[in-house]
Amino acid sequence: MVSPAQPRVAAPVDAVALETRAAELATRSIKKEAKRCGLLLALTMTDLTTLEGRDSPGKVAALCRKAAHPAPGLPSVAAVCVYPDLVPTAVQALAGSSIAVASVATGFPSGRTSRALKLDEVRRCVDDGASEIDMVIDRGAFLAGYHEAVADEIAAVKQACGPAHLKVILETGELATYDNVRLASLIAIEAGADFIKTSTGKVKPAATMPVVLLMLEVVRDHYLATGKLVGVKAAGGISSAKLALRYLAMVNETVGDLWLTPERFRFGASSLLNDLAMQLARLDAGTYQRPDDFGKD
Amino acid sequence: MTRVDVRKTYKLFIGGKFPRSESGRTWEPDGAQGTNVALGSRKDLRDAVAAARGALGGWAGKTAYNRGQILYRLAEVLETRKASLAEELRGSSRLSAAAALKQVELGVDLLTFWAGVPDKLQQLLGSQNEVSGPFFNFSTVEPTGVVGAVAPDAPALVGCLALLAPLLAGGNTVVLLTSEDNPLPGLALGELLAVSDVPGGVVNLLAGRRAELSPQFASHRDVDGLLLAGEPDPALGAAASDSVKRVRNVELTPAAWRRLDTLCTLHWARPFVELKTLWHPKAP
Amino acid sequence: MSETIDPAAPSTPAENHRPQLVFGERWVYDPAPQSSDHVQLAERYGLFIDGEFVAPRSRRYFATSNPANEQHLAEVGQAGPADVDAAVSAARAAQQDVWGPMSPRDRSRYLFRLARLIQERSRELACVESLDGGKPIRESRDVDLPLAAAHVFYHAGWADKLQLAFPGSKTSPKGVVGQVIPWNFPLLMATWKLAPALACGNTVVLKPAETTPLTALLLGQIIEQAELPPGVVNILTGDGRTGAALVSHPGLDKVAFTGSTGVGKQIQRTLAGSGVDLTLELGGKAAHLVFEDAALDQAVEGVVKGIFFNQGHVCCAGSRLLVQESIHDVFVDKLLRRMERIRVGDPMDKNTDMGAINSGAQLARIQELVQCGVDEGAVMHQSSCTLPEKGFWFRPTVFTGVAMSHRIARDEVFGPVLSVLTFRTPEEAVEKANNTAYGLSAGIWTDKGARILWLAERMRAGVVWNNTFNRFDPASPFGGFKESGFGREGGRQGLEAYLRFHDDPFTQG
Repeated sequence: MVSPAQPRVAAPVDAVALETRAAELATRSIKKEAKRCGLLLALTMTDLTTLEGRDSPGKVAALCRKAAHPAPGLPSVAAVCVYPDLVPTAVQALAGSSIAVASVATGFPSGRTSRALKLDEVRRCVDDGASEIDMVIDRGAFLAGYHEAVADEIAAVKQACGPAHLKVILETGELATYDNVRLASLIAIEAGADFIKTSTGKVKPAATMPVVLLMLEVVRDHYLATGKLVGVKAAGGISSAKLALRYLAMVNETVGDLWLTPERFRFGASSLLNDLAMQLARLDAGTYQRPDDFGKD
Repeated sequence: MTRVDVRKTYKLFIGGKFPRSESGRTWEPDGAQGTNVALGSRKDLRDAVAAARGALGGWAGKTAYNRGQILYRLAEVLETRKASLAEELRGSSRLSAAAALKQVELGVDLLTFWAGVPDKLQQLLGSQNEVSGPFFNFSTVEPTGVVGAVAPDAPALVGCLALLAPLLAGGNTVVLLTSEDNPLPGLALGELLAVSDVPGGVVNLLAGRRAELSPQFASHRDVDGLLLAGEPDPALGAAASDSVKRVRNVELTPAAWRRLDTLCTLHWARPFVELKTLWHPKAP
Repeated sequence: MSETIDPAAPSTPAENHRPQLVFGERWVYDPAPQSSDHVQLAERYGLFIDGEFVAPRSRRYFATSNPANEQHLAEVGQAGPADVDAAVSAARAAQQDVWGPMSPRDRSRYLFRLARLIQERSRELACVESLDGGKPIRESRDVDLPLAAAHVFYHAGWADKLQLAFPGSKTSPKGVVGQVIPWNFPLLMATWKLAPALACGNTVVLKPAETTPLTALLLGQIIEQAELPPGVVNILTGDGRTGAALVSHPGLDKVAFTGSTGVGKQIQRTLAGSGVDLTLELGGKAAHLVFEDAALDQAVEGVVKGIFFNQGHVCCAGSRLLVQESIHDVFVDKLLRRMERIRVGDPMDKNTDMGAINSGAQLARIQELVQCGVDEGAVMHQSSCTLPEKGFWFRPTVFTGVAMSHRIARDEVFGPVLSVLTFRTPEEAVEKANNTAYGLSAGIWTDKGARILWLAERMRAGVVWNNTFNRFDPASPFGGFKESGFGREGGRQGLEAYLRFHDDPFTQG
């Protein structure tokens, strides 16, 4: 990073008004068929995730089986998301399915490692069969004002991705202000991101409705100006079907139909899946369900 | 056959929980003979201060309206628990049943007054100031922070509430040492606070010896203010000066402690808020 | 759910091939009706006089109905001069013998009781408010009711602290107060009037609007439940004649009116020379000033809320948009796109954003002015939403190409209609914003603090919202400049209208 930093400034965001609008969208009441549709859509938008130090081949294999069959009669999820060294396990377990293998990369979650190592990691993941790469931006550089360097790194990673699609994790919890989130979103999009993603899930707060609302507004305006569709992934802290439906209402009313698809919107989650299955079962049975009736992998 | 009743051990109230003293000590207060009460130590005070500090951000960060609602809720709870509090107030003292009940009702009235203060404090103590120059200038009040309070021996309930309510109305968090003569009603307040939407740590209640604990209040550097019943004490004042605490002493006659007009004035709140003045230029 | 839209490709582009967003085809919300089984309306309500519900002397009643579907709700009494007499007498006796002499602390406690009861019966009151007036249940539930309860709580806490509010002044209650309120926030306006009046030791005769009497009548029941002494609050339903009879009654010490500027002027004329104190809260034609450095998406949200909240039936509605010329196209683009997302429909559906127009009469007024806008040459844009078959409805509407000389830039529409104009500099913005007989409120949208304060100083408006709009709080004084009225409601200053200052040499004229 070359001193002095040359920070970029993006248009301002008013936090109070943004949060008020998000809170208002959270009051949407989704019932009956609309609820069923929403729950199924959320399910197909899930990136089933395991990112723990103690992840083992057995754990990943079980997760992949769950991804393919979340519960009897339900469709499969969008992707499975794992650490780089477990990509081969996931690829094998998911062979023949339409579920993508997504890998985190670039020194996830901190990003505090050399450019060379980051790019090498990305190439290996893609070689091993990952079709989606979830990278982290350099938050230290961003907060110090080295915005060009941040953009540069994203572009380099995009190139290393080859055919794989790139999600850029902003780690909004560390960016702290909405103004920063808007700027980081713009930088990521301009540098070639296919998706912008809120969080690693390792830092609180992770995804919040106001932050995702802001990111949706950015991709909306970008699409209207350029015709390019960039996706949004909300990751971390979304463990209830109720919350997932609120996010979908927000997507529905902010950017509309073009994003109401796994191609353009994802939930990065693990326990969300069982709650979606449980709520679908409740709709069918008409009675409240029991967590233990749903497989825990 | 007389019924064998269940006797309560009166514990401290710290961080929303009811611990015994970490010292393990208990005592039978003069005004509550036959009852074991946890005897608070300096370490209990230390823990209470830490709890109060931890709760300050949340309490001061609530809207003033919300703080007022919580104080009113406390009044509601006190009203419905009048009878049991009056019992604890009588203790082993010579207080008549009627006098005890009257004191509890006074406590409810006091709380009702202070419940209506938080959302008016800025208008009453703040201001917009006309300065010379193209500047907008205004002054607002903020809580002082963690305030240590030492209640008088009597009245054992109102003595606590009269110190607590104005401090809470100002957004402060409190560590209160209850009456040394009869700590029961003061500690019983803890049970009521726990069900009144008052977040844990906002009020912490200790019981024990004034002589042992007051110097601890005064010298603890993370206590921002002191509200002490009794006459001014040079030693305590000197210890407080080490961290420039805001110190006030209050000595009232028994009759004065019974007068709402004396207990319900802004004088009780004013020393424990800080005035902040802001400037901003005006230009197109 | 449609399976036929190809998610990867944009939808059919418009003629100029610009990218287009698509809404509402993939996922449609099901109806989400607010359950109102617990709401039990009586067939008929009497007048609330001297602590009980009594039949009007004339035995005449009129119907109130739901403007969303024109269904009959209940019958309410038409109060005549004899009823006004009885109510004012009851109020006078209560003031002299009970409420006036009562200790301020006791008054405070009654008001706290009232506040709590309003809180406890919130759901029921919100349902009735939406049924009777047409506003969305989400608004009555999330805005009207919490604010109403808060208003009473706030003033309960002033009742025993009046000596703090005006230190150095000796004050007493004014006496008996007549209050006439409008149909746009029926319950909220009732609490805005009652709470300060009662807190200051006055007794009240309240007249709710003709088309929205129900929540005021339920408030009467709540007052009974709180065991307020009889005569302290009296509630007279009726049409315009009842209001006229009330404000001109010689037994009043003070009149408070919120409603149209036309009627407000009439009342001021009626009371001229009488020595009766008057406060007025009238109409407005508030302007938003949006600068190029504003947080644009949030400003759009604020402008949309400012005119479409409560169907635009708001005296302080932001009905003019003055946008900096450099961002006019970008802003209007975002605005129109956002306007399309407004869900107009059944007020009792929890997902409805905008409800019904309050009455056929109001709808006709809106239609007339909108036609005027078209005739004067402004460009009309309207939401493409489907409107229900029955009831009184109007689409969210925006006019661009408006000049300050147009009627739609000067006359209060009191409906969901926004007029857009441009400016180049802050000075020009202020000049256009102030170019009106009204002066109730204004909205300023810019990221620059100094500019906000400089502009706020120059805006001839009683409430200036900066980077926000339509925010109300019992602690925040509300009221207008110029023909938007005089007097303030809320805050310490709002108490002034309800107190007699012993050292005040003036009589109002």
